[in-house]
Amino acid sequence: MRLKVLLVSFLVLLVSACATPRGTGDLGVIIERAAGSVQIVETTTRTRLAQIAGLGDLSHASLVYSRDARYAYVFGRDGGLTKVDLLRGRIDKRIVQAGNAIGGAISQDGRLIAVSNYEPGGVKIFTADTLELLADIPAGSGDSQRRSKVVGLVDAPGECFVFSLYDAGEIWIADMHDPRQPQLRKFTHIGKLPYDGTVTPDGRFYIAGLFGEDGLALLDLWQPDKGVRRVLEGYGRGQEPLPVFKMPHMDYWAQAGGNAYVPAVGRSEVLVIDQKDWKEAGRVAVAGQPVFVVARPDGRQVWVNFAPPHNDTIQVIDTLSLAVIRTLKPGKAVLHMEFTPRGEQVWMSVRDENRVDVYDTGTFERVASLPADKPSGIFFTPRAHRISQ
Amino acid sequence: MRRPRHKTGIILAALSALWSGTACAEISASRQAELMHLLVQDCGSCHGLTLKGGLGPALTREALNGKAPIMLREVILHGRPGTPMPPWKSFMSAPEADWLVQVLLEGTADAP
Repeated sequence: MRLKVLLVSFLVLLVSACATPRGTGDLGVIIERAAGSVQIVETTTRTRLAQIAGLGDLSHASLVYSRDARYAYVFGRDGGLTKVDLLRGRIDKRIVQAGNAIGGAISQDGRLIAVSNYEPGGVKIFTADTLELLADIPAGSGDSQRRSKVVGLVDAPGECFVFSLYDAGEIWIADMHDPRQPQLRKFTHIGKLPYDGTVTPDGRFYIAGLFGEDGLALLDLWQPDKGVRRVLEGYGRGQEPLPVFKMPHMDYWAQAGGNAYVPAVGRSEVLVIDQKDWKEAGRVAVAGQPVFVVARPDGRQVWVNFAPPHNDTIQVIDTLSLAVIRTLKPGKAVLHMEFTPRGEQVWMSVRDENRVDVYDTGTFERVASLPADKPSGIFFTPRAHRISQ
Repeated sequence: MRRPRHKTGIILAALSALWSGTACAEISASRQAELMHLLVQDCGSCHGLTLKGGLGPALTREALNGKAPIMLREVILHGRPGTPMPPWKSFMSAPEADWLVQVLLEGTADAP
């Protein structure tokens, strides 16, 4: 008997010695959009830890992290919702929850996953733990039978999800205190064709970018009774917009020095908004039509990538002078950028070169390059602890 | 596309190509590969990599069934005002757009 106990203790020791514990704070996930796979990477030594296949159509895929930053919830175009275990390097659970989806969010308390769907248009709510369906919010406008595509879904303080109805031009707040019975508050006539939305890092202001007109729709979540108001109305000054070969994104709120930076639609400009009064504080002429406009975490620089045919270019804006201080040509089809948590490096996916490149943000030199199969989104785990990842 | 079997057929086909001005133009294999890449990757941004739709509608053979090729070519080249569909004429010629329409209508790029 004693021998048996000894043997078991020895085995337990052996197993724990083999599996060295590690944290997840320097991990990330790269979407390989065409192959339907993801890579798990580690940003300290810039290495690939695992490649996981079988996630479906990952065009425009995005993800959020669980609050312990162990799991990534990947939202696929084909309605797939896949929970990936970063430490074990494998799929923990996967469901196909709709015909066509665009993104998602995780609730403030980390217990709920919300997915915004194009087909059928609406939002579905799942438990983060088991991906069990808790609620279905169809995005029908008024008495209309027609459902709207849902975009710009974010989480906000107060256990809320906020999202926009692309076709109907509405913003909805879903209070999730009772996850099976979301309480909806709807704001109508917020502007034509909201294409994406984001929330300020403090969770106070929700902003939807408008495709159908020049301007943005702003909702103060601290004072929702004041309703949605338009900012930067008519920023195109009546000029005909250029054709848009890739929709801009409002992935994460780019703010620096009290200003917010957003892509202009159909114009080769980055718009600068003074967040004190939400008036235009300037605009920066850039190399093409911006897709992502992202601030380095310290706010000293804003990095911009572009729609075709300028998608081989990255420009860096200095936030003190509002001048473009660097133009980089990383390669064909730069789709996304992600900063390391404190911003000393930025990773970018260069889709048509099948690479993810890492640049030093001080010297603008490329310091590393990792092979990846048609990479698109790059997401690091510190997002787990941000309001609206 | 049906291949003409004899000379008269070839001449007729050539004449009809001249007449329509665009159809049957030669597109090199490398250019075809570029167009397919554009279709999957860039059109795919809005229409889905499997062309089953996204912000833009599905472009599968089933979804396009019954649509007139000339209308599809016009939409590709000139876009659809009032929607996010942009004009792609700076990226391709009319014969190249016709070739893409053919690819779409035949479902060549559809996912298995």
